[in-house]
Amino acid sequence: MSINKDTVKYTAALGRIELSEKEIEHFTGQLDKILDYVHKLKKVDVSKLEPTSHVLEMKNVYREDKVKPSLPVDDVMKNAPAREKNLFKVGKIIE
Amino acid sequence: MRRLPRLVAYASTQVNKLTMELNKLSAHELIGLLNKGDISHLDICNSIIDSVDKKDKSLNAVVNFDRDKVLERAKAQKGLPVFIKDNICVKDELTTCSSNILKGFRPPYNATVIEKLLKANAVLMGKTNMDEFAFGSSTETSCYGTTKNPWDLTRIPGGSSGGSAACVAADSAIWALGSDTGGSVRQPAGLCGVVGLKPTYGRVSRYGLIAFASSLDQIGTLTKDTEDAAILLKMISGHDPMDSTSVDRPVPDYAKLIKKDIKGLKLGIPKEYFIEGMDKEIKQSVLDAIKKLESLGAVCENISLPHTEYAVAVYYLVATAEASSNLARFDGVQYGLRASQVKGVIDMHKKTRGEGFGDEAKRRILLGTFALSSGYYDAYYLRALKVRTLIKKDFEDAFKKYDAIITPTSPTPAFKIGEKTQDPLTMYLCDIFTISANLAGIPGVSVPCGFTKSNLPVGLQILGKAFDEETILRIAYNYEQATDWHKKRLIF
Amino acid sequence: MTYETVIGLEVHLQLKTKSKVFCGCSTNFGAAPNAQVCPVCLGFPGSLPVLNRDALHLAAKVAIALNCKIAPKIRFDRKNYFYPDLPKAYQISQLGNPLSHNGYLPISIDGKEKIINITRVHLEEDTGKLFHEKDHSLIDFNRAGTPLLEIVSEPDMSSPGEAHAYLTALKSILEYIDVSDCNMEEGSLRCDANISIRKHGAKELGTKTEIKNMNSFKAVKAALQYEIDRQVEMLESGQRIVQETRLYDAEKDVTESMRSKEEAHDYRYFPEPDLVPFDFEKKLLEEIKKHIPELPEPRKNRFIKDYKLSDYDAAIMVSDKALADYFEKCVNAYNKPKIIANWLMGDVSAYMKEQELSINELGLKVEHLTGMLTMIDAAAITGKIAKTLLIDIIKTGNSPEALVKEKGLEQISDTGEIEKAIDSVILENQKIVSDFKNGRDNAIMALMGKVMAKTKGKADPKKVNEILREKLR
Repeated sequence: MSINKDTVKYTAALGRIELSEKEIEHFTGQLDKILDYVHKLKKVDVSKLEPTSHVLEMKNVYREDKVKPSLPVDDVMKNAPAREKNLFKVGKIIE
Repeated sequence: MRRLPRLVAYASTQVNKLTMELNKLSAHELIGLLNKGDISHLDICNSIIDSVDKKDKSLNAVVNFDRDKVLERAKAQKGLPVFIKDNICVKDELTTCSSNILKGFRPPYNATVIEKLLKANAVLMGKTNMDEFAFGSSTETSCYGTTKNPWDLTRIPGGSSGGSAACVAADSAIWALGSDTGGSVRQPAGLCGVVGLKPTYGRVSRYGLIAFASSLDQIGTLTKDTEDAAILLKMISGHDPMDSTSVDRPVPDYAKLIKKDIKGLKLGIPKEYFIEGMDKEIKQSVLDAIKKLESLGAVCENISLPHTEYAVAVYYLVATAEASSNLARFDGVQYGLRASQVKGVIDMHKKTRGEGFGDEAKRRILLGTFALSSGYYDAYYLRALKVRTLIKKDFEDAFKKYDAIITPTSPTPAFKIGEKTQDPLTMYLCDIFTISANLAGIPGVSVPCGFTKSNLPVGLQILGKAFDEETILRIAYNYEQATDWHKKRLIF
Repeated sequence: MTYETVIGLEVHLQLKTKSKVFCGCSTNFGAAPNAQVCPVCLGFPGSLPVLNRDALHLAAKVAIALNCKIAPKIRFDRKNYFYPDLPKAYQISQLGNPLSHNGYLPISIDGKEKIINITRVHLEEDTGKLFHEKDHSLIDFNRAGTPLLEIVSEPDMSSPGEAHAYLTALKSILEYIDVSDCNMEEGSLRCDANISIRKHGAKELGTKTEIKNMNSFKAVKAALQYEIDRQVEMLESGQRIVQETRLYDAEKDVTESMRSKEEAHDYRYFPEPDLVPFDFEKKLLEEIKKHIPELPEPRKNRFIKDYKLSDYDAAIMVSDKALADYFEKCVNAYNKPKIIANWLMGDVSAYMKEQELSINELGLKVEHLTGMLTMIDAAAITGKIAKTLLIDIIKTGNSPEALVKEKGLEQISDTGEIEKAIDSVILENQKIVSDFKNGRDNAIMALMGKVMAKTKGKADPKKVNEILREKLR
């Protein structure tokens, strides 16, 4: 078994997704199968390999330190689900 | 009453102005007519709008179509109409990635490719349907319901750019943009009988493309033929200072370069792509295509890309890991869905994402989060990145000797709606031939190369060296000119 | 039972670039809410980061000034976590291949020098700002995307005093190389601490706690002291220290547990795919190094050696780079460093403080100050007159020579005049005279004061003293 219900629960919490019991059950089975498939990578000897995070051989791409116009504040706020004047509003941050 | 599509092969060289259906023509043909003054761009737009009105109820390829807005745009922009996949930002237009979590979202900016199209006077017709956040190979995970394959409305069009491919195939679009992370432009192109091109990673700016997997994504083209792909590619390519991963290389005049012949080109046929038990009709169509290429002067040889078998596994760790991070911003704070009835911010996050994401999105976020999490990072994510190096090297080694690589686009033709939704892994294996190109960052194009007995399209994939789109398009063009698969059209 | 303290500090510093680290929005402080944001720093879907060249160069400047080794390959990573002020739900930061590592900062504690090692200096982006109301919070993203430098020290400090000295020395260097406003009140400089205690002589480290929300250097010192006392008390009473994050409350002067229900953060760092790797050409590093001025500590030592200043005076002279530069310019024009230092630390600083001006804003020309000092030496004016003359020079911008002439402030050295003044003072102050004659020697100071007043401060005090004593014999 590559992954169990508890791990799925923990991972869902890490990813901030609320799942029903049914979903946890369902996903655990599916993810387990997928991870079993993915285990074929164990056959490869990776000891001398460098990871490829970027396919391009590029480096040192910069922008100059010049100020550019920002978005008009109306454009910034128009998709906001909740706002107070020009501030985004969210509920209480319960620690 | 649902009308079943009929296959009609028709030569489109003669255009009778009185009976012409402009929507059936290719972009380069229309450009020719426009330049001669035979038609107006408004004629073209109206033809497309009519087609959408007639066909899209059955196809469900276009989402949030705003007829009035389109007519307004058609008056202002004097170019060809184009459809845009719903994960590419168009300013103030609904851009939802076919997901409930982005319901109502109107980006305050245009993607760079959109700016380029607007500068070229393109008329933005609307957004096309897709798998939610590009997670899929069938367009079945869309919150708007699946798009149907125009060749058989009981089948899927492929994915995730299923809407764009279906539109072009049904002549509801002249051409369209899609995105390709593991095959999402090429595979639906293959299944819908159109040309689908994924450029080299870095050829086209990703600024404004809502990210799935940042190191794999590229915006691509869905067109009726190769010449159109070449024209559209040139329009959207080029360095973008807003995208650190876009390369500063001159953009060739692809449409000109593809007309050279392919005599003497060395083509590799990887044995790993002709697997035991693959669809016999597909195998035959592809082998016939290879013979055709040889008759055009290309030299075809068997080669091996030995690490092909690991590509799907690598992809479903690397791509989902990046996706889990890219999708973390969908939390109800600044845009999109926000769950109601919540107790505080953490609850808001959890419920918004629980309600807003579909199953496949949740699965991939879970998988990606898991692969990156403490204790599993080395065994999964890091290992996958290392095996990716081997897959990339397979291509680099092959391209030392060969100019291009020829494979089937998809292991199966279009399958029935619902056929593969029960088992995610079965769906993932649909991308088995297209995924490696994204992992290596190389360009690939799918061109029609036949039909099955059930009249389902078969796609031929041509993979090339990094930034060598001209060679793969040249091969595709020459093949097209010697066949007429791409001319077969539906009466829909 | 004696305990020793182990402290490590993590300083976050906003860099003084014009635009943000990954986009072109302005970094100006105090703009209207959400008026300095764009799709990139808002983390809108489809947006991408592009690195601000100056941010990386300023970061390298700091790293070099702190004696760090610049990495041959620099990469950015994503630090993933959820918080409403973090728009992308990940922060672009650096983990495995940071800008630099293995530096050090010498501090002076109780007159002795101690080296505090620096683990790493790396670049990242700042978050937005949250405003907590009673039952909701509001978010302003103007600050999101400001370039932030993270300076992590080794746990080499053994007292709150050392922590304070480290912060002071660090701030001094940062001001010298002009990379940040270094303002804890405005938030351009922030500090978190990690602290543990262990029995004296023990080799293993004790359980550490992280202390946050210290908003001044003073608060850092107080918070650490409180925490030491708290931990000692816990250990003495047999309790175990819990590894946790505690917030300092400046009003109550206590640290309080954050009592977080969240599981410990698993940041799931992975290489940022949207940014390419970076490296520095040797030539460029040398260029950056050239632009680093002589730093406070070496400059102080040079002042002690070359100008024979005391440690105390030298420390004050180098505490502000502009002041140190001004001081040296004066010394070049008038080679009496101690005298210049006295005037700068005394009357000039007093006026600057009163008017809330920096040395550069003061507008006191070097040649005017040194000119005035030369006049004192030549007995052209008295020291007392010079004190008020200085203020006039600053206020009017005129030279001391011109002002002395204009106001008739020349020193009175003429014996006759002085005698006249002294005679009238003696006459008017018979009581003080008889006090002096009866043995109260310091009564002469009062008489001198009266003579100076009568001569409007212009009489040569030495001569006044001589002649006065002569007359009172």
